[in-house]
Amino acid sequence: MTASIIEDRGEGSPRNGEADGFPTATPLPVRTSEKGEEENPSSILLGTSAEDHHIARMAALALGLSVLEAAIPSPLPGVKPGLANIVTLIVLARYGWRTAAWVTLLRVLAGSLLMGSFLTPGFFLSLSGALCSLAVLAASQHLPSRWFGPVTHSIFGAFAHIAGQLLLVYFWLIPHTGLAYLVPIFAAAALLFGTVNGLVAAHYLDKNPINHKIQRHREMRPDCL
Amino acid sequence: MLSIAHIKPGDWLTLLLGALLTAFLGVTLWQGGAADKAIIRSGGKIFSVVPLSRNQLISVPGPLGISQIAIHNLQARIASDPSPRQYCVRQGWLKQAGEVAVCLPNQVSVELSGKQKNYDSLNY
Repeated sequence: MTASIIEDRGEGSPRNGEADGFPTATPLPVRTSEKGEEENPSSILLGTSAEDHHIARMAALALGLSVLEAAIPSPLPGVKPGLANIVTLIVLARYGWRTAAWVTLLRVLAGSLLMGSFLTPGFFLSLSGALCSLAVLAASQHLPSRWFGPVTHSIFGAFAHIAGQLLLVYFWLIPHTGLAYLVPIFAAAALLFGTVNGLVAAHYLDKNPINHKIQRHREMRPDCL
Repeated sequence: MLSIAHIKPGDWLTLLLGALLTAFLGVTLWQGGAADKAIIRSGGKIFSVVPLSRNQLISVPGPLGISQIAIHNLQARIASDPSPRQYCVRQGWLKQAGEVAVCLPNQVSVELSGKQKNYDSLNY
């Protein structure tokens, strides 16, 4: 886990020195590989930066956790530990909200493709939960870090996640007030799993202090803070 | 391994808030709505709808005889019934909207209802 979270940015892409934000946020340049041009003119190569690789690596880690979690039986559909959110929390604390959003949304998309649930209600449920918790995390990350740690972010995120899902269920799938009976169960699960995930993330962050290379990188990219 | 040493002071506050929110949701959402009237049926037809605000004893005729329905303190129960097994009498006081006592042999039932009708079962 340590090796995959801490990214060495010393070498790699020529875009590393640019301070214009995440290359992934801008349209990726499409360039034709020289070798491929001779053999096959239609082959194209997407230019990727070290940042892209880094996000992809985190998303893959989160994806692994969500696949692992799919094997855990659940007493009630929708009550899941949300282990993949541990990765989101660590990424949020280390690399900022934008990276966390990328990792989370990629995980939701790729996870649905792996589980075969892409564009099914389950996919939209996890998407709405992820979007809601990212929106709340965007606000809660500004809480003073001296007092509020990953546990707080995790609990806020968990409640926002379940709120987003329940709103979608109510307005789209089951427009029935009987849904209200399930809300306290989901809230209790959010509190429990939010706390546990937050503790795991806090444990990891305490055991793996900030890498200086990354700190230098963060200073280079003010939008990353 | 995992210890509460990782919890910062503000995190405790968040935990407390979360626990309070969960408890609040449980208390408010798991309580049936307040009932304000009783719907009394006999033979499948509405015999009368009475408010729970007034204490009274209502006699309802059925095929076996008279069932007596007592309304007291915003609650209702079947006080006596000629049915052989007395299930509806033993059900006791009905308090929340949506609760029903049915005396099948005498074809008499009492249902409490509030402003919002609650469902007694859900399938999806």
